[in-house]
Amino acid sequence: MNIHTAMRQWPAEGLTRVPYWVYSDRALYDEEQERIFRGDTWTFLCMEAELPAPGSFRASNLGDMPVVVTRDANGGVHAFENRCAHRGSLLCLKERGEAREIVCVYHNWTYDLTGRLTGVAFRRGIAGKGGMPSDCKPEEHAPRQLRIALFAGLVFGTLGRNTPPLEQYLGADHVARIRRVMRAPARVIGGYSQIIPSNWKLYIENVKDSYHASLLHMFFTTFRLNRLSQKGGLVVSERGGNHISYSMTQDVAGKEYEQAGLRSANEAYALEAPDMLLKSVDEFGDGIGLQILTVFPGFVLQQIRNCLAVRRVVPRGLNKTELAWTCFGFTTDDETLAELRLRQANLIGPAGFISMEDGAAAGFVQRGVAGAPDALSLVEMGGSGTASEESRVSEAAVRGFWKDYRRHMGL
Amino acid sequence: MNLEHVARIADLNARYADAIDADRLEAWPDFFLDDGRYRITTAENVAQGLPLSLIYAASRAMLRDRVRALREANVYEAQSYRHVLGAPLIANVETGGLRARTSFMVARVMRTGETMLFATGYYDDRVVLDAADGARFAEKTVILDSRQIDTLLAIPL
Ligand code: FES
Ligand SMILES: [Fe+2]
Repeated sequence: MNIHTAMRQWPAEGLTRVPYWVYSDRALYDEEQERIFRGDTWTFLCMEAELPAPGSFRASNLGDMPVVVTRDANGGVHAFENRCAHRGSLLCLKERGEAREIVCVYHNWTYDLTGRLTGVAFRRGIAGKGGMPSDCKPEEHAPRQLRIALFAGLVFGTLGRNTPPLEQYLGADHVARIRRVMRAPARVIGGYSQIIPSNWKLYIENVKDSYHASLLHMFFTTFRLNRLSQKGGLVVSERGGNHISYSMTQDVAGKEYEQAGLRSANEAYALEAPDMLLKSVDEFGDGIGLQILTVFPGFVLQQIRNCLAVRRVVPRGLNKTELAWTCFGFTTDDETLAELRLRQANLIGPAGFISMEDGAAAGFVQRGVAGAPDALSLVEMGGSGTASEESRVSEAAVRGFWKDYRRHMGL
Repeated sequence: MNLEHVARIADLNARYADAIDADRLEAWPDFFLDDGRYRITTAENVAQGLPLSLIYAASRAMLRDRVRALREANVYEAQSYRHVLGAPLIANVETGGLRARTSFMVARVMRTGETMLFATGYYDDRVVLDAADGARFAEKTVILDSRQIDTLLAIPL
C-alpha cells in the first residue's frame, strides 16, 4: 500500500458499498493507470481482422498509454508503446494503415514493425561534425513492448510481468463464451466512439449491472429482447472482474413487470415495423438472444441477437471515457445475415434504442455525487456475494468488479 | 447548374432542419418517400467502405418507429439542436432524383443551458422533386466528420 491509498479506507461493509471518491480522486486515477492498465491485466487492443495483411497497423490504448498494434512481414502480431525513444513524440499518427516501417515525424528516427529502433537520423553527424556520442545507446530507450496474446480473433496486450496466461486470466466460462460468439473468421463492418461524461468505472459498473437492463431501457423490455423474467443467467469469474450476462430469446411468459406496474411495461407501445428492425436468426444454434461479456478491466464483447460488437473502454481523464465500438460479422455471412446485422445495429451505440441511455446514466452518477465524495453507494441487489446465479435481478457482477479492483489497487 | 434545383433542395433541407430544431419530430418522416432511406454514419466508415450506421431506416415506417421510441420509450435529458446548413451542391441528375450534398453544423443545447458544437458533416441526399406532395428524400445519408459522439445521439440529425 502506498501513501495515497493509505489515506483512503474502503468502507467496512465491503463490496456492498462503494465510496464516491473512487470516481473523483485524481491521484487514484493515476494509480489505476499504473496498477491496473499498465499492471497485471490483459487489455483488448483490436481484432485480428483489423490487421489484415503484413504491414497493417492499428492505433490503440493501454489505458491512458497510446500503443501501436502491428502485423509484421511474417504475420506475427506485435504491440508497443506509441512513443518515440528520442524525445517522446507519438510515432504513429494514423488510426490504421499499412507501412513497411514506422518513422517518427519529429526527427525521422525509424522503427521496424516489431517496435525495434532501426535508425537514428544523422547519428554520426554530417562531415564528422555533430551527431551522437558513440557511447549513447538510444536502442535502450525504445518504446515498451507489450506481451501479446491472440485468442479467437481478438488481440490482447499487457505490460505486467506477472499477468497470468490469457486463457487462465479469462477463465473456462469466458473461454467458452468468447469462442461461442467468434464462430468464424470475423469481418469488421464499421465502428464509432461514444464519449461518456464520467469516470471509466461508472461505465464499467453500468455494463456489469444486469439489474438496470430492463428498467432503464424500456425499448429492450417492451420488445422482449431481455426481460429479467426471460431464462438466462449471470456468471461472475473467480476473481470477480470478468462477467457474463445472458438470456434466451424465448420469454418464459412472466408478467412480473406488468404486475409491478413499472414504467417499462407499457404494453400500448407497439412498433409499426418491428420486423424491419428486430428480425433475427439463431446463428449460434443455442437460443441465446443476448450475451454481454466483460473482461477486467475494460473489454466488452456483445451479442444482441445478430448484432455483434467489441467495445474498448478507454479512460480519457478523470471524468471522461471513450467507448470505442467495433461492429463485426463473419466472412461467411450471406447478404441476408449481413443486412440483419446492419438493421439490428439500430439497437446499439450512442443512438441505439437499447443503449443510448447508458452513457448518460454514467454521467448522471458522476454529476450526482459531485458534492459527496465520502458518501457510499448501495450495492445489495442479490445479497453481498459475487457468485454466479440464475437471477439477473442482481448486482453480483458489480460487486465482482470491485473485488478485483480492490485486489489490484491494494484498497 | 439549375438554380431552381438548388433552391428547391435548399428549401427542402431548411424545412427538414427546422422541423427537427423546433421539436416537430412527428413531421420528420414526412420529408421522405414511403420507401425512403435514412442513415447516419461517419466519414471514417465511408472512407473504409464499411456499411455500419448509427441509425439506419429503410422506410418511413421505421422513421416513425424511431420518433415513437424517442417520445415514449427512450430516456434522455431535455435537449435541442440548432442546425446551420450550407448551400446544396448538386452532384448530378440521376434517374430517380437529384443527388446533392449539403454541409451542416449542429449545436446541441442542454436543459442546463450548456451549448456545444455537437456534430459537423454533410448530407448526401437523393431528392425526388415531383413526388405526390412536393419534394421528398428518396435517400438521406448523414455523414459525420468525426467518429466521436458526445454522450448520446437521440434526436436525429
Ligand atoms: S522525437 Fe522522435 S525522432 Fe525525435
Ligand atoms: Fe444499459
